[in-house]
Amino acid sequence: MISEFIKRNLSTSAIWLFIIFELLFFSIAGHYLSFSDGAFMDLNNMLLLLNQSAPIGIIAVGMTLIMVNGNIDLSVGAVFAIAGIVMLDSMTWPVFAGLGDWVIVVSWTLALLAGALLGALNGLIVWKTGVDAFIVTLGSMLGYRGLVFMFNGENPTSHLNWTLIDFAEAQFLGFNTATWFLAASVLVIWLVTRYTVHGRNAYAIGNNRNAAVNAGIRVGPHMVINFVIIGFLAALSSVVFYSGSGSVNPNDGQLYELWVITAVVLGGTKLAGGSGSVIGTLGGVIAIQLLRKGLGYIGADTSTVNLVIGLILIVVLFIDRQLNVKGAQELRV
Amino acid sequence: MTQQSPALRLEGIVKTFPGVRALDNVSLDVLPGEVHALMGENGAGKSTLMKVLGGIYQPDEGLIYVGDTPVVMSNPLDSKAKGIVFIHQELSLAEELSVAENVYLGELPTLSFGRVDWKTLYEKTDAILSKLKVGFNARTLVGDLSIANQQMVEIARALTVDAKAVIFDEPTASLTDAEKLVLFEVIADLKSQGVGIVYISHRMEEIFKMTDRVSVLRDGQYQGSLLTADTNEEQITQMMIGRKLDLSRAPITHELGDIALEVRNLSCGSSYQNINFQVRSGEVLGFYGLVGAGRTEIAETLFGLRQPSAGTILLDGEQMHINSPSAAIKAGISLVPEDRKTQGLVLGMNCRDNMTLPQVDDMSAGPFVSDGAEVAVFDLYRDRLDIRTPGWRQTVGNLSGGNQQKIVIGKWLSMHPKVLIVDEPTRGIDVGSKSAIHKLIRELAASGYAVIVISSEMPEVLHVSDRIVAMFSGEIIRTFTSEDVTEDNLIQAISGITPK
Repeated sequence: MISEFIKRNLSTSAIWLFIIFELLFFSIAGHYLSFSDGAFMDLNNMLLLLNQSAPIGIIAVGMTLIMVNGNIDLSVGAVFAIAGIVMLDSMTWPVFAGLGDWVIVVSWTLALLAGALLGALNGLIVWKTGVDAFIVTLGSMLGYRGLVFMFNGENPTSHLNWTLIDFAEAQFLGFNTATWFLAASVLVIWLVTRYTVHGRNAYAIGNNRNAAVNAGIRVGPHMVINFVIIGFLAALSSVVFYSGSGSVNPNDGQLYELWVITAVVLGGTKLAGGSGSVIGTLGGVIAIQLLRKGLGYIGADTSTVNLVIGLILIVVLFIDRQLNVKGAQELRV
Repeated sequence: MTQQSPALRLEGIVKTFPGVRALDNVSLDVLPGEVHALMGENGAGKSTLMKVLGGIYQPDEGLIYVGDTPVVMSNPLDSKAKGIVFIHQELSLAEELSVAENVYLGELPTLSFGRVDWKTLYEKTDAILSKLKVGFNARTLVGDLSIANQQMVEIARALTVDAKAVIFDEPTASLTDAEKLVLFEVIADLKSQGVGIVYISHRMEEIFKMTDRVSVLRDGQYQGSLLTADTNEEQITQMMIGRKLDLSRAPITHELGDIALEVRNLSCGSSYQNINFQVRSGEVLGFYGLVGAGRTEIAETLFGLRQPSAGTILLDGEQMHINSPSAAIKAGISLVPEDRKTQGLVLGMNCRDNMTLPQVDDMSAGPFVSDGAEVAVFDLYRDRLDIRTPGWRQTVGNLSGGNQQKIVIGKWLSMHPKVLIVDEPTRGIDVGSKSAIHKLIRELAASGYAVIVISSEMPEVLHVSDRIVAMFSGEIIRTFTSEDVTEDNLIQAISGITPK
């Protein structure tokens, strides 16, 4: 029973072991290599790390659901940029001029709606045309990015609202606003996967679509719901981030889809669908952020960081595969 | 027995895995020109033994001899080079390549600079194919061949080396009766060339038709070998499971109810035409025919996976429009599909979640699943169907075939359907579980379900059905009652031979 439990949670717990390893490694290596006086495992440093994990993390939570369902969404980076533009630009619209700071609520809502709508569009196309989600969202990634450039050319879209910036930089119980949003996303989607009919069916569809269809499950609506969720979360990530920064560059969010997928896969979710958890994904997000920060701390530059993350991704998946192949062979006896 | 030395001999093979003694001192010899049946329930150790022979596992103890020489099989290619060839149950062919490329896959004859020597390749392949007397040539695309012919390609692949022993693992699992005959001819041919043949199968009638000797494994232990001519079905079954298997016809012991399902003039393109039949509650209606006769397609239509081009479906006398599985389930029709692994089960999910998959929505409280109620459903059907599992948390992929099939059946029973369609109820299931599932089907009918059983196995269809629909190329040839059916007239009907 206990070994069964360990086996079942191996892929998720592996990432947390890796995080502990990273913490120890950078603390010890930092002692000899770092130019900074502060310790790596400093509380403020860790809180900052969680805060910086939020933009990728919130999207990765949605991507977990999408990938468990057997799909993928490459358009999240473009949705991230569009939602940011919708929020910042709508705050300057004359119709909302009389609202004062209430415009923040309106703009947030508009941005989140835009994200959900773009997600729904992805989902509907995947459902109704039957074209693979990879292809559909590859198309929408290019298309949505095109919309970003059509809006303002190469120029950034900026608007400063001090109330908004105060909100973004606020702290509650020691954690920043962005960290709270990340935690809430993880919690909600975890509840969805663990306790709802939709979550159960999403796993079933990802694991064996034919069997799910034969059980009378309507695959299409579940897929659309997941695309709406990830669109919404990409927008949420965006509004949280741009509330603080106040300026969207048209290239913002590029390659986010790849970082997000990297985090999800590191967290133990299978590319083929049918298994994975948001807790693992949270681990994957933190592991990547730790690696970036830690390598920076001991003096490595950005290009080294990318090289190392790429290597680690492959090594981790190789180990995962070895463990799974062994398990499967013994079962077939 | 003659004094010739065996083509292949295993001596005292032991293989243990953590916690399991998968093979316990197994010895076996196969003479040249002999067809040697290897039997045993699923999990008896047949597959492990074959993997040892194929070099996938190394034995902990014991020796393998090819001819008189002791050998070590270090990997599958090595095993093939030493003259031990496998014809696997699951075909492993590249469908987009030609027959010749498949036959010589990995061993293509080459010219200078690594160019493929197409001329030699096609000549050598055609030479092998002509020995097998098949109706296709080396240039045919494998994807265009029937399953039976694809199996012939696998066999041709085996003949590229000088085979000492050929191992057939459930070779007839996906073949029709007519295609089996061709396979048996090939086996007889190999036999006459002095090749030793190991024949693994669950099907008794094939064992008695084809083989010279039978060896039985049970729980990893060698139970003994018998000359096929000196034994019978019961004796072998007893050796395999330690009890008797009843395959005689079950008499009807209960009253039939009203007509539950009626199909009138149902047609679907070229799959089937003008189908008419009725099933009463309490009745088992068997569908028998060759693969491709349209049986599965009818089942898929009734379950909403396929749209008919004409005709009507009546459930309890009411006309139904079934355009999706969810509509079929609502109307009270359930389908246990042909292939439980790809169509019936979500292998990565646990037993309970699989069982309650179709009704997780009905049992929910708002958007949330109700765990407790689901466990109750699982427990109920685990007890009713005698499903052997350590608990509901067990992943379904880890269960044996028989228990997996019971989970699928339990899943549909828990939906309380009026009509239960079971497509190939015992495919790939060991003998013991088979009779349990047959018994279950009879019991379900007795408790008032209308059951449709589709099967490619004649003993099965004769054993469980009250009436049998015989199909040939998309049409119903005749509907037999249990009084007028015989093996002969059933075979004639499904082969398209019109009796006088």
